[in-house]
Amino acid sequence: MEHRGLGWPRLPRLLELLAALAVQAVRASAVAAASPDLCLWPMPLSVQTTPRVLHLSPDNFFFSHSSTSKAGPSCSLLQEAFRRYYDYIFGFYKWHHGSADLRVGVELQQLQVSVILDPECDTFPKISSDESYTLLVKGPVASLTANRVWGVLRGLETFSQLIYQDFYGTFTVNESNIVDSPRFPHRGILIDTSRHFLSVKSIFKTLDAMAFNKFNVLHWHIVDDQSFPYQSVTFPGLSKKGSYSSSHVYTPNDVRMVIEYARLRGIRIVPEFDSPGHTQSWGEGQKDLLTPCYNGKEPSGAFGPINPIWNTTYSFLSKFFKEISTVFPDEFIHLGGDEVDFDCWASNPEIQDFMRDKGFGRNFKKLESFYMQAVLDMISAINKNSIVWQEVFDDASKLMPGTVIQVWKAEDYTQEQSKVTEAGFPVILSAPWYLDWISYGQDWKRYYAVDPLSFEGSQEQKKLVIGGEACLWGEYVDATNLTPRLWPRASAVGERLWSHKDVRSLEDAYRRLTIHRCRMLSCLYRKQTPARGKLLTTSTQTLDWLKPEG
Amino acid sequence: MVGSTLRFSLLLAAAFAERATALWPWPQYIQTSERRYTIFPHSFQFQYHVSSAAQVGCSVLDEAFQRYRDLLFGSVSFHFPQPMGKRHTSEKNLLVILVITPGCDQFPSLESVENYTLTVNDEQCFLLSETVWGALRGLETFSQLVQRSPEGTFYINKTEIEDFPRFPHRGLLLDTSRHYLPLASILDTLDVMAYNKFNVFHWHLVDDSSFPYESFTFPDLTKKGSYNPATHIYTAQDVKEVIEYARLRGIRVLAEFDTPGHTLSWGPGVPGLLTPCYSGSHPSGTFGPVNPALNNTYEFMSTFFLEISSVFPDFYLHLGGDEVDFTCWKSNPDIQAFMKKKGFGEDFKKLESFYIQTLLDIVSAYGKGYVVWQEVFDNKVKVQPDTVIQVWREEMPVRYMKEMELVTSAGFRALLSAPWYLNHITYGPDWKKIYVVEPLAFEGSPEQKALVIGGEACMWGEYVDSTNLVPRLWPRAGAVAERLWSNKTVTDLDFAYKRLAHFRCELLRRGVQAQPLSVGYCDVEFEQT
Repeated sequence: MEHRGLGWPRLPRLLELLAALAVQAVRASAVAAASPDLCLWPMPLSVQTTPRVLHLSPDNFFFSHSSTSKAGPSCSLLQEAFRRYYDYIFGFYKWHHGSADLRVGVELQQLQVSVILDPECDTFPKISSDESYTLLVKGPVASLTANRVWGVLRGLETFSQLIYQDFYGTFTVNESNIVDSPRFPHRGILIDTSRHFLSVKSIFKTLDAMAFNKFNVLHWHIVDDQSFPYQSVTFPGLSKKGSYSSSHVYTPNDVRMVIEYARLRGIRIVPEFDSPGHTQSWGEGQKDLLTPCYNGKEPSGAFGPINPIWNTTYSFLSKFFKEISTVFPDEFIHLGGDEVDFDCWASNPEIQDFMRDKGFGRNFKKLESFYMQAVLDMISAINKNSIVWQEVFDDASKLMPGTVIQVWKAEDYTQEQSKVTEAGFPVILSAPWYLDWISYGQDWKRYYAVDPLSFEGSQEQKKLVIGGEACLWGEYVDATNLTPRLWPRASAVGERLWSHKDVRSLEDAYRRLTIHRCRMLSCLYRKQTPARGKLLTTSTQTLDWLKPEG
Repeated sequence: MVGSTLRFSLLLAAAFAERATALWPWPQYIQTSERRYTIFPHSFQFQYHVSSAAQVGCSVLDEAFQRYRDLLFGSVSFHFPQPMGKRHTSEKNLLVILVITPGCDQFPSLESVENYTLTVNDEQCFLLSETVWGALRGLETFSQLVQRSPEGTFYINKTEIEDFPRFPHRGLLLDTSRHYLPLASILDTLDVMAYNKFNVFHWHLVDDSSFPYESFTFPDLTKKGSYNPATHIYTAQDVKEVIEYARLRGIRVLAEFDTPGHTLSWGPGVPGLLTPCYSGSHPSGTFGPVNPALNNTYEFMSTFFLEISSVFPDFYLHLGGDEVDFTCWKSNPDIQAFMKKKGFGEDFKKLESFYIQTLLDIVSAYGKGYVVWQEVFDNKVKVQPDTVIQVWREEMPVRYMKEMELVTSAGFRALLSAPWYLNHITYGPDWKKIYVVEPLAFEGSPEQKALVIGGEACMWGEYVDSTNLVPRLWPRAGAVAERLWSNKTVTDLDFAYKRLAHFRCELLRRGVQAQPLSVGYCDVEFEQT
């Protein structure tokens, strides 16, 4: 095995340079520079390829379980993945080209998958899930080895990205050796289904695209001020009165389907039920939950955040979160806690009395903390971990250790990271990755250039950064523009969170991302009518402008 | 003046808060009442008035009837009870159309009259128009007036509308060079343009990046200049289809072949056309704008534009003329010699003028009029007085309203695009910025104002292809459409928001992937296929 570029006969000076680079630089980036034809996204930790090519025939090729694998055909997660990836690799082309005859050369007949440890076939992915894998592509049998099925899923994606059609339309892959694992364990996309409802189909499509980019968390900001589409079994009035309409609702079955669809792709669903602010839509279905705002001595008729002073509030939340903790299998629940408006609380005489009794003075941050602490206790009592937006940390005097803080405010976010990690709390970074903020041109470069560990702090502090999330808030986004606004812009975040920190050449990223976009086009739009097939051609020239929105 | 405008539009908003909120763009004159008439889909018909100049067999209207029937009621069959017995006055089962001037087979033009009146009352349901083009506009309005009750019955309110466009040129530019747009994307866009009463499709066919127009005189242009000569091209048949599809919707196709700049993709197919750039005394291997110093250039242009003039039936062609980079011309010794010979000194604007003037002479010899980008005017190219100048630069060399003043005071007709570059995106409801532009808000005499024939929304293609074209266009381009169609006094943003949000839901119902204006929902959402 040798680095792919080193086999190139021309340009000896370049070769020297590349060889020097390969020695000096970290494996991943050197390989990226040396492999002009490799278009993997996100870039794996280590890639070696040779100029020796293998051919694949759609009629002969298959995925199999190695005899030593701990997983077998009974592992439906893998069986489903085999079918999916066979389709990604061959399905589309078959339609248009028929199966090309294999020409001379070595044939790659199968990819043999081997899971070394307990495969975790029927479990849900976790933050601690092992996603590492080793992929050895050689004829006639290639092998993909991983500790768990999660690594197999990532490796299958990489394998599918290695295959291309040569000039004659033959499916081709270079002999390669790839060792890969993610840089951060939490790599998320936030979608907002409250400002605009997104159909289950749209969510599925997003999960597909996430898997293409090795994202592993869907942060589902499911409710907010505008609407409450989550259908609660315990409190059906919440969605009955708080959703946009009876068709803008996620039934328990919808939620189950989303969770399972995500699980099969190694993606966790982290639900967010944001409180005490951002809860206007809760008030429709749950009487006496929100704070009545006052105009002088009279209630104004308007409502503010959740009322933190009544016992009924906490008994409601306790029952509600108990349901949430059983519906959503992930060990984390996102509790929100951002942008609490104190004006309404301040106007309410009962709350004023409560503040006095508790000795909070005029400091409403203390009231906010009081509320959040109660909810956090509730969550830990039901054996779940909490994620909260940064205000909960900023405004708290004390906070339960282990609470994950999501940093979202763009201003001085590196400073915030320093502060949060210095206090010993884990961090998810989102501040530089608000994809709903659109602008003209190639803004993906800005997202790509961010390094999540660029803040000041010790090694221990850096270790507390568990990852990041690209956030696509929904004020101006629904099913009509979700996909082009997310992809490939979110891909930039995907690589930043998966690949080695030294993978940062914008030029190489542009080249790979352009191809990756075309690859996503052929997958995401595959089911569209053939009449619009001109879009689907794999000619890459056409697509060498990266759109900021997709 | 400002006060009365405001009061007027607030009154409008109040009067129509409930009824007719789906109308976009807002008609010039409208009166509606609470009285409702039921419409039964299976018995409803469009019918030509006996004295109409257009009768069955008029393709423009025959096909429009079919289209609007589908838009109104869907193409599926309905399970409503057949109305029994005699007709009640509260039912409307006919829209009678009377077109005064004959002519169904011609193309729409800048001079086409689009006026119509629509009357829905106890006595009649009647659409009267001067031409078939006006009838098309009226049919669109009619389709927006028909509502559906929660129980699923269709109805229309008693209504009287007299309508006509404020400006005769209401255009949308698509760029098929930076990214190829499949034919279906273009045709779909023409449909939505008709919903918005746009009437000009400005087709920026070719540019530096690619040459998808398949020329039969010079097939190498596409063979060597397109992204992919098998798939990323517009054949003669495609072009014909676009032109006819547009015609049936009362939309003109204004083809742009931009020269002498923005022509890199022309080079591979026509050796010797582009200027070789020099690095010192040697050609650098790169090429600049079209070479204006060679006779061959003009011979080529003469043949090429002869083809274009016959392929595109519209009286106008767009000849571009924007952003000519002089550095390559400057570097080329042949050009330098030519400059000396012509006595142009160091003034490359004179060379540009020389080229453009020659080109304009060629095109006008073919009996065509032309539109050019503002640089042609800015650089003082001598052009014929009937040239249309398209103003696109926001700040340079002057603010665009000042430019409008200058262009019109020189006696040229003007098109406004500068504030309507829809490819420039920002966070939030930017349609408002687009909407509040008043095209005549410049210093000038009434004669000058009369020279503004309209404007265009431009969707340049650097970051746009068929994956994001539709949500990026709609409903944002709708803001331009209303500004160019509706009365000057229709400016109230709240009233516009209500109607545009409603119209956007109607677009979704019609299957158009139009993006949201703000938070909320539509009864029928866009469903991914």
